[in-house]
Amino acid sequence: MMFGMPQIVRKSQVFDVVVIGSGAGGGTAVKVLTDRGLQVALLEAGPTLNPAHDFKEHVWPYQVDHRGAGAHAELYFGRQQWNYFAAPVGYWEIPDEPYTVAPGNQFRWFRSRILGGRTNHYGRISLRFSDYDFQPEDGLSDPWPVTYAEMAPWYDKAEGFIGVTGTKEGLRTAPDGNFLPSISPRVHEVLIQKSCGKLGIPCIPSRMAMLTRSINGRAACHYCGQCGRGCITASAFSSSQAMVFPAMKTGKLTVFNGAMARELIADDTGKVNAVSYVDKATRTEQQVRCRAVVVAASACESARLLLNSKSPRFPNGIANGSGAVGRYLTDSVGYGLSGYVPALAGLPRHNSDGIDGMHVYVPWWLYDDKRKDFPRGYHIELGGGFHMPMLGSFHGVCAQYKGYGRKLRDHIREEYGASVYFAGRGEMIPNKDSYCDIDPQRTDAWGIPVLRFHFQWSDNEIRQVRHMHQTFASIVETMGGRAYGSAPDPKTAGISTGGTIIHEAGTVRMGNDPSQSVLNKYCQSHEVSNLFVCDAAPFVSQPDKNVTLSIVAFAWRASEYLAEEMRKGNV
Amino acid sequence: MSEQSDYSRRALLRHIGISIGMGVAGGGVLTAQDVQHVHQAVQEEKAAQKGPYQPKGLTPHEFATLERLSDYIIPADEHSPGAVAANAAEFIDFLCSASDEMKEIYTGGLGWLDWEVRHRGDGADFLSAPAGKQTALLDSIAGPDAAPADLQPGVRFFDWARKMVVDAFYTSPIGIRDLGYRGNTALAEFHVPQEAIDYALKRSPFA
Repeated sequence: MMFGMPQIVRKSQVFDVVVIGSGAGGGTAVKVLTDRGLQVALLEAGPTLNPAHDFKEHVWPYQVDHRGAGAHAELYFGRQQWNYFAAPVGYWEIPDEPYTVAPGNQFRWFRSRILGGRTNHYGRISLRFSDYDFQPEDGLSDPWPVTYAEMAPWYDKAEGFIGVTGTKEGLRTAPDGNFLPSISPRVHEVLIQKSCGKLGIPCIPSRMAMLTRSINGRAACHYCGQCGRGCITASAFSSSQAMVFPAMKTGKLTVFNGAMARELIADDTGKVNAVSYVDKATRTEQQVRCRAVVVAASACESARLLLNSKSPRFPNGIANGSGAVGRYLTDSVGYGLSGYVPALAGLPRHNSDGIDGMHVYVPWWLYDDKRKDFPRGYHIELGGGFHMPMLGSFHGVCAQYKGYGRKLRDHIREEYGASVYFAGRGEMIPNKDSYCDIDPQRTDAWGIPVLRFHFQWSDNEIRQVRHMHQTFASIVETMGGRAYGSAPDPKTAGISTGGTIIHEAGTVRMGNDPSQSVLNKYCQSHEVSNLFVCDAAPFVSQPDKNVTLSIVAFAWRASEYLAEEMRKGNV
Repeated sequence: MSEQSDYSRRALLRHIGISIGMGVAGGGVLTAQDVQHVHQAVQEEKAAQKGPYQPKGLTPHEFATLERLSDYIIPADEHSPGAVAANAAEFIDFLCSASDEMKEIYTGGLGWLDWEVRHRGDGADFLSAPAGKQTALLDSIAGPDAAPADLQPGVRFFDWARKMVVDAFYTSPIGIRDLGYRGNTALAEFHVPQEAIDYALKRSPFA
């Protein structure tokens, strides 16, 4: 033993499954596996969550002295990483946990360090992928090893459990689901629907993971519109409240908080038999033993863990014989535009909180259009209405009108609730220049080598964003409004920085060919039969439908398969 | 009692500052419990105070100037009281006491206002200038048109003061009432009043 080397603490208990990460994928795995009677350990890199203390639901800004600016006025200096009132979520920059970006590239990596991960705050937009997303007809990306027909029953289960609003529309670009009642459109949304109708664009009730009716012991929504602050009644879905806490009550789940996974340890037969992690509080290395492992640490963090799990048998990282781990990294294409709508000026005041975010949305509508100059598509998310006034709510009006006094007051009063917002979320096609690997020179505070990002948009995405701009501007103009701000930089077209839409996917992809993919159709490693990956890392492409619902559906299916294989003695 | 509560509040703020500085959690990481403690401590401190507000970050003269400025930015009108009644200057003073960077913006900007008044020969400082001279100065730095180069420090400061007085006013109970925000409550059902839909449709191209 090396002198001064801290002792590695090996726990005696052998768990059936160790799940790494407690977000949408890890939460689902924990729920399904404990329901099947398995003994599960959950490693979460952040602290536990106490909704009663950690959620700032219903707090008025004036109830906090800094009103949301932060204890040192961080908001005013652009140093606030996230809205003060938001649920405890995660951060772009975490001092102990750096990452690097290769020269000439841009990428920002969001990490959530809390029980429940990003599901505590996410937008809860819940869209099924379409048949053509799994089996692309244009040949620009590889087919998935599953079809929509195979996944449909798992989407049914996922929606039935988390609760998703919606209506049956019969659109190929937005497959119907197992829906809760939808919610009526707000005034600006009625105008947007009319505008879209004139332009031949569909605008349908949104599909959101908020309970318009009580299910599975969770209370129905009370329509305060503050889902992003965390929902104390769990009416908005989070894996922490709807999956992990109930699993803890079964006595079959052991949660390790502040546990930063370092390495998957394989035995002589090449199966994972333990997970090594750093207990952040004591900076000691611990090992937890297992019969199988589910990695659900978020797409890039999961790739990092596999790449860092090197051994003579797996010199490129465990399960990485194909060399595909870290490759095929994608994020959603993002673009936003807001506008002023005179028809809404001076709108009679009423409570328009509803559910957080949009009550209607625009699914992709040009799948069969042969004239457009970019492949694939996007959906449009909408914003507007009377929001609780917050610091910054009227900075735009101040900057636009300048001046002071009664005129400024009148402008603010008139424009309150008269703005609309459009956010495009589009498909990025995987490209060879976008991937993550291990930075050969840096480690985090615990000595774990960090990720280095390489990320480039292609002309496909730039042209898509130009189309978004034209579409948003024509929707707002058709309703008699005008877009705020000037036209975007023609070179970048105003496209989001990679990573900032927080939909990373593809870095541990599935496929039928073990030389081209890491996982099989059940999210199980081709090489290591007791290793599963259950976040967005297995996704072969980045459809224009936010990934979370599909993470739940795929994780559910993988976990049922794993439990069954363990029962049969195959794993 | 008051001393003790002041001490514990400072200790709490320091504690919060340290945890943010270490990046254990970053902005927004403060637990609701911490917030509640700070909030309560400040409320107790306020309740214990006798007489007018005692500024924490600014001098009494700076605070009085800021309060006057806030009255110009959001004056009372026929709908509701304005920034003075909503204690907008207290919010800004609080942030000046919490951030040296913020304090520099306000002490610098308020000092510039006084200096500019003297420079113009309008009085000893902003507060003592006649009202017409005060508004003439503000008009020269607050308008939409570009101001001359030597007034740029004032323009920059007024941008800060305008947006922060607006922030302070509209996040106060008076400002929220003035806007007519009706939410932040629990509803059994969500519905949109038909008269609001009719109002917007009638004024839209879809009428």
